[in-house]
Amino acid sequence: MGTNVYGVVLAGGIGSRMGNIEKPKQFMEIGGKPIIVHTIEKFVVNPTFERIIVLSPRQWINYTQDVIRKYIPMNSRIDVIQGGETRNETIMNSIRHIEKNYGLDEETIIVTHDSVRPFVTHRILEDNIRFAKEEGACDTVIPATDTIVESADNKQITNIPDRSKMYQGQTPQSFKAKKLQDVYMALTEEEKAILTDACKILVLKGEPVYLVEGEVFNIKITYPHDLRVAESLLGGK
Amino acid sequence: MLNTVYQLKAARQFEAVFKNVELDDRHVLVRPTHLSICHADQRYYQGTRPEAILRQKLPMALIHEGIGRVVYDPTGTYRIGDEVVMIPNHPSESDDVIAENYLRSTKFCGSSKDGFMQEYVSLLPDRIVLLPEGIDKITAAFTEIVTVSYHAITRFLRFSHERRGEIGVWGDGNLGYITSLLLKKMLPDSRVYIFGVNRNKLSDFSFADDTFLVSQIPEGLQVDHAFECVGSSASAKAIDQIIDCIRPEGAVSLMGVSEDQVPVNTRMVLEKGLCFFGSSRSGRADYEGLMRLYEKNPDIPSYLENIVGTQIKVSSIGDIVKAFESDIHKMIGKTVMIWNE
Repeated sequence: MGTNVYGVVLAGGIGSRMGNIEKPKQFMEIGGKPIIVHTIEKFVVNPTFERIIVLSPRQWINYTQDVIRKYIPMNSRIDVIQGGETRNETIMNSIRHIEKNYGLDEETIIVTHDSVRPFVTHRILEDNIRFAKEEGACDTVIPATDTIVESADNKQITNIPDRSKMYQGQTPQSFKAKKLQDVYMALTEEEKAILTDACKILVLKGEPVYLVEGEVFNIKITYPHDLRVAESLLGGK
Repeated sequence: MLNTVYQLKAARQFEAVFKNVELDDRHVLVRPTHLSICHADQRYYQGTRPEAILRQKLPMALIHEGIGRVVYDPTGTYRIGDEVVMIPNHPSESDDVIAENYLRSTKFCGSSKDGFMQEYVSLLPDRIVLLPEGIDKITAAFTEIVTVSYHAITRFLRFSHERRGEIGVWGDGNLGYITSLLLKKMLPDSRVYIFGVNRNKLSDFSFADDTFLVSQIPEGLQVDHAFECVGSSASAKAIDQIIDCIRPEGAVSLMGVSEDQVPVNTRMVLEKGLCFFGSSRSGRADYEGLMRLYEKNPDIPSYLENIVGTQIKVSSIGDIVKAFESDIHKMIGKTVMIWNE
């Protein structure tokens, strides 16, 4: 009897924000290893994950498989499959993959995580699994430190929300996979195009999504600057 | 893998840093679950070690007493989920005569390398010992200090003459409690006396044959051998009293750590022909020996439950500070962090 918990590492994007870099950002190295390897390793060393599904752009599947083979000796629980056009389509691909190969039921949990957030911790992953099992869905966040300003026309402030109620979203985002799939499939194409965040799908449909406390250092390596920050976080004696 | 390591950066200041851990085919990964605070950790945390030492050693992750769960083992030595105690001693050579914990080249977690305040601890399989099934995890967290007592007693058996009718243990703290408890179990025919300063604490030593306040030792009371479990500036007084009370040719086991030099009445040491020996830390053999002792004496862990002080759930650096601060103000007992960071 498996755990019915799956890690879903999202490496679908090709990192257009990274500047003049040819490879997708998840393959940039920190500490001498590709970022995506560090991220996958956090899932590999957690025995609760029955399988780890890595979603990659089609043209980078072979490369992803090669770096996994090169750096992670115990890689038999990892599947590399093609991502989708959007983030949510990519997640749906992972659910379809689970359904087809391992079986999907009401209790199947997916812990979806950005491949470029290698600083995720054991505690964050465990909290995600627990909340997804108990509550159905959760999102990893940290309290907002900067004041958030809303502007409807991108020119003038229309609202300054109360900062004590504002959080910054990180990943993982974790779900009961079948529920997420059902809600997503019921969306119209227009809705699918607007709802770029998996948690937002559930929130807009009135489904509860619980908060899991993230960490300030659980950064997403998006810009060249982040790579320098990541390297400096690694500089401990 | 980017392992989160919670280092002490300066006195009372922790910081999360990241260290690359290779998932190679030699190392087992253990997820710490219960970590116990020792006096040695407090000396770093409070910054009471000499400045030069602090400069040399920090930043460093503290804690050398802890247990955890095996999460990754490419060597196949353990099963995933096995509850284990982590050995903080890391020898890089072996010697036929000198034990691993006395080799100068050996590294020790929380002293010469990062301690167990980490997300995962990467260890060679021989630095891990399986815990007996069903053992209370809070008590198991401070197995390391129990092995230190076990180690000192096995050395005592080597160095002391065989007339062991009465053994005195100076010190009514955790180390004194553990050492005297093990003495009673390992040497059931010996009478074990405890010498302390606090009547309340002494009343916890229910298994001892007698307890005495150091200010009110009965005239003429003598012991064959003695263990000093006092440490710090009070060591000198304790050692002086031991020299007074001990019969000739007795052995004295020194176990208390002091930052200061301790004067010793060498004249009487010579006159009585005493044998002083030091003990520090422990090695794998001591962990294995202790586990066998637990099997034979299943009441030992339940006695040890009596010295559990505070249990604190830790899932942030703020919680770590809370645990260390609370440990400073304790009367007796070990502070155990339930590790969820």
